[in-house]
Amino acid sequence: MSRPQEQAARPVVDLAARRRQQARRRQVSVQLLRLAVAVIVLGGWELGARSGVIDKFFWSQPSDIATTLWHWVKDGTDLGPLWDQVLTTLEETVGGFVVGSILGVVLGVILGRNRLLSDVMGPYIKAANAIPRVVVGALFAISLGLDIRSKIATAAVLVFFVVFFNAFQGVREVDRNLVANARILGADGRRLTTEVIIPSALSWIIASLHTSFGLALVGAVVGELFGATAGVGELIYSAKNNFDAAGVFAGMALLAAMALVAEALITALEDRLIRWRPPVATETRI
Amino acid sequence: MTPAIELRGVTKRFLTPSGGVYTALRDLHMTVDPGEFCAVVGPTGCGKSTTLGLISGLEPPSEGEVEVLGKPVNGIADGIGYVFQSDAVFPWKTVLENVAAGPRYRGASNRDARERARDWISRVGLSGFEDRYPYQLSGGMRKRVALAQSLINGPRILLMDEPFSALDVQTRSLMENELLGLWSASSASVVFITHDLEEAISLGDRVFVMTAGPGTMKSNYKIDLPRPRNVAEIRFQPHFAEIYEEIWKDLRDEVLVSYERQKRGAA
Repeated sequence: MSRPQEQAARPVVDLAARRRQQARRRQVSVQLLRLAVAVIVLGGWELGARSGVIDKFFWSQPSDIATTLWHWVKDGTDLGPLWDQVLTTLEETVGGFVVGSILGVVLGVILGRNRLLSDVMGPYIKAANAIPRVVVGALFAISLGLDIRSKIATAAVLVFFVVFFNAFQGVREVDRNLVANARILGADGRRLTTEVIIPSALSWIIASLHTSFGLALVGAVVGELFGATAGVGELIYSAKNNFDAAGVFAGMALLAAMALVAEALITALEDRLIRWRPPVATETRI
Repeated sequence: MTPAIELRGVTKRFLTPSGGVYTALRDLHMTVDPGEFCAVVGPTGCGKSTTLGLISGLEPPSEGEVEVLGKPVNGIADGIGYVFQSDAVFPWKTVLENVAAGPRYRGASNRDARERARDWISRVGLSGFEDRYPYQLSGGMRKRVALAQSLINGPRILLMDEPFSALDVQTRSLMENELLGLWSASSASVVFITHDLEEAISLGDRVFVMTAGPGTMKSNYKIDLPRPRNVAEIRFQPHFAEIYEEIWKDLRDEVLVSYERQKRGAA
């Protein structure tokens, strides 16, 4: 009698162990393949540039870009220490991101809650949204000057519309049953907003924060291109003026690194704020 | 004796998105005594849920009068509990926070609300699940949360809109028995909407039959089965079958009318 049980028990253990091993192996091969992609792209670029297939003057080459970056780190840039440039752009970006997000959420919730207001304002907001908004950077450079304020304003405008539309939609999509339930349980208008409408809209709002941090970075850099004395955008701008392609690429690499770090921070924030959601399958995340 | 709920000549019309007028309820009369458990059956689309909307004060009637506990309904009245058909527990609140919501909204301190919530969570058999989020619970457990969330406010009137229709048969009769237990310990009047005549008879003191839409009350039956009842077994009593047959004759015609209409609508 005991034999068949043993036989039944062992394959289950083996199966679980094998699954774990498979998962580990897959993880390793994904990492190796990622590395391979980087080696092929960067290596091909380097080889192409050295053999003359790619024009070094316009497209630079990875080793030059790395050298430029190292030079910036070690000796500082033409504009001053590298850290100051990164910090300047980061301040502008975060400032614009915070201002734009707060305005977007507040106005999105107000207009989402008030149908008359949203009907009146609707066409104007759509029109404003249709303008290529980076041009407001020019306006802010004139009106606010070349200091940090004009960059924060530009970034905030870009962020605002994305967050606003998501907050607005999130408020509109609130489950009517949940609203009815809260009212029956005794919630007044303020409680309804803070305990039902905003939490419900939060998953929409947070989803928009991923996109909008990238846009805040765009706003800050564009603002710097319109005129600045420091920042990664200004670094790129002056490299462009010197026909220094490696400098432009090095600036891009810095921006990419900043965006990736910010993305990780926002994902961590998301996980904290919407713990109540069923976890998503890990494969869908990149 | 003032009735707990009284609807007199109530009509409810809605504007359809295409600009037409849809009559959901027509000249409806209904009286529920204090402490009475009323079940309402009727074919699909006869306005059962609309009736609850009117009693709760979520929606005003187009014509007629709605009185709850002797007072005309004007907005959401105190002393009402409402268990919705779909999940209406807040997905971003834990079980404890969900159950504590009512007292907090009604001005209780956070500590007091949590203490009372713990008590109600154990009464509906969810002790140990206080810190779970609704997505981590089964359908039956979420219904228990919804029940505790409503009952913690000590409602004198409990409105239930097909609360157990999404549950499997076994869970459902367990929940029905628990509901009867909780109700008998309170003095609340219940209006319980269902499309299931068996459920209506096994739970109710009285069963209302509604006509196909626009809905109105066709008839009502006093159910003289003894209490306490065991929902899982009461249907085997010969008297249950007699009552069922009598009401079904009434309900069948309405179900057929509604079915024919749906077929024509679909064609």
